[in-house]
Amino acid sequence: MSSLGQKDLLGIRGMTREQISLVLETASGFKDVLKRDIKKVPALRGRTVFNLFFEPSTRTRTSFELAAKRLSTDVVNFSVPTSSVVKGESLLDTIATIESYGVDYIIIRHASSGVPHFIAQHSDASVLNAGDGINEHPTQALLDAFTIMEHKTQIEGLKIAIVGDILHSRVAKSNIYCLRELGAEVRLIAPPTFVPSHINEEGIDIHYDMDEGLKGADVIMMLRIQRERQGGGFLPSSDEYSRFWGLTRERLNMADPEAIVMHPGPMNRGIEIASEVADDERSVILEQVTNGVAVRMAVIYLLGRSKEKEQ
Amino acid sequence: MTDPKILLDKSDMERAISRIAHEIIENNKGVVDVCLIGIQRGGVHMARRLSDRIDLIEGQKVQVGTLDIAMYRDDLDIRDEQPRIRRTDVPFDINGKVVILVDDVFFTGRSIRAAMDALMDIGRPAVIQLAVLIDRGHRELPIRADYAGKNIPTSKNETIEVVFKEDAGKDEVILKRSEGEE
Repeated sequence: MSSLGQKDLLGIRGMTREQISLVLETASGFKDVLKRDIKKVPALRGRTVFNLFFEPSTRTRTSFELAAKRLSTDVVNFSVPTSSVVKGESLLDTIATIESYGVDYIIIRHASSGVPHFIAQHSDASVLNAGDGINEHPTQALLDAFTIMEHKTQIEGLKIAIVGDILHSRVAKSNIYCLRELGAEVRLIAPPTFVPSHINEEGIDIHYDMDEGLKGADVIMMLRIQRERQGGGFLPSSDEYSRFWGLTRERLNMADPEAIVMHPGPMNRGIEIASEVADDERSVILEQVTNGVAVRMAVIYLLGRSKEKEQ
Repeated sequence: MTDPKILLDKSDMERAISRIAHEIIENNKGVVDVCLIGIQRGGVHMARRLSDRIDLIEGQKVQVGTLDIAMYRDDLDIRDEQPRIRRTDVPFDINGKVVILVDDVFFTGRSIRAAMDALMDIGRPAVIQLAVLIDRGHRELPIRADYAGKNIPTSKNETIEVVFKEDAGKDEVILKRSEGEE
């Protein structure tokens, strides 16, 4: 018997190694399902999932939608630009409305950090954070860990370099919590303007020189330059960024010869990652996409019971 | 819990498995096109043993797969905890084959219903047969076993535990009684 023992998945922070391992182990069972001709199981028949995205997203929303459908739930996509939110409805009213449809899971992405936590407090449904502001993106970190495990069998002791806009990246934050909980040695490589001031926790090396930081790395995790989240003043130009922080083949050679290259997508080819690196055999970027569905199935399955035993 | 009672010991288990192996061969006139699929977890050990035994008798290897039925259970809605997902590994084609589902304890029949649904999502066997080590009765669905090692009438508040040496270092079948439950 197993469950995550929590109603919601709001972030990796606070999750234990056992909980993370349970998700990864469960995900490999679902990955087998995705390899079959019939890629669907009846596990959550009759449940309803609401995809509530306040920020544009194609891949995460699609990934969650596929995951939910392959567990046999009914999925409703609530896209904000066409909804009443733009007509002035408050968040709480939106949630109350959604709940009236009898929803079991709310998958939420929002530009403001903490919105999923707020909704979780006001809803009986299980809330899954699909990215909140610059805070966390837990399922991305879980699928990244799953992908690393497939290549490296264990995470304990691996040298993992996260490169780029750490400050604005919820992917980086969730990954830092997740990988450190699993025992990896995490290093950050970024221009000083992209390093959060509170990050100097013990055990996290910060490198401002990319060649130096990549030395001996087992995993290189590139981040997307997030122009939409920058108020300006962080970057002189994308040319300069790619010259100092872009992953080129020469720089990739600084890392361990068996290193894998990851990117959460969508990529800015030629800026944070050279095209030839993105298509290199060491790149596992498309595997990340495939694994995303299996990992999200595992999370939805393990959160399982949204309502404490309806009488 | 009162003291557990040993229903079958190591040699009882061996004899039961041996007899089932003979019956499978007899029933199917050999083991061409026969494969064994064990339901996680006890059924998996038993399927492997049946395969070894059939090999001894017939000199022919029978393929063994494993099936996890957690995603197909009908009680996911009423349980507090989700069952752990274990490995489904059927590395051969089951289309047109005689698939023998193998489980350790046959009780309500609900696991077998789930297993048949899971199997149908993998392929379309010509025939599905069911082999169990212990049939303890209390069926809730119209399902019966083609091969049963031993019929043991039980009451609903008893539990039957099949222990395999692969897991616990010894082979035995134990009856436990839980008091004041259900």
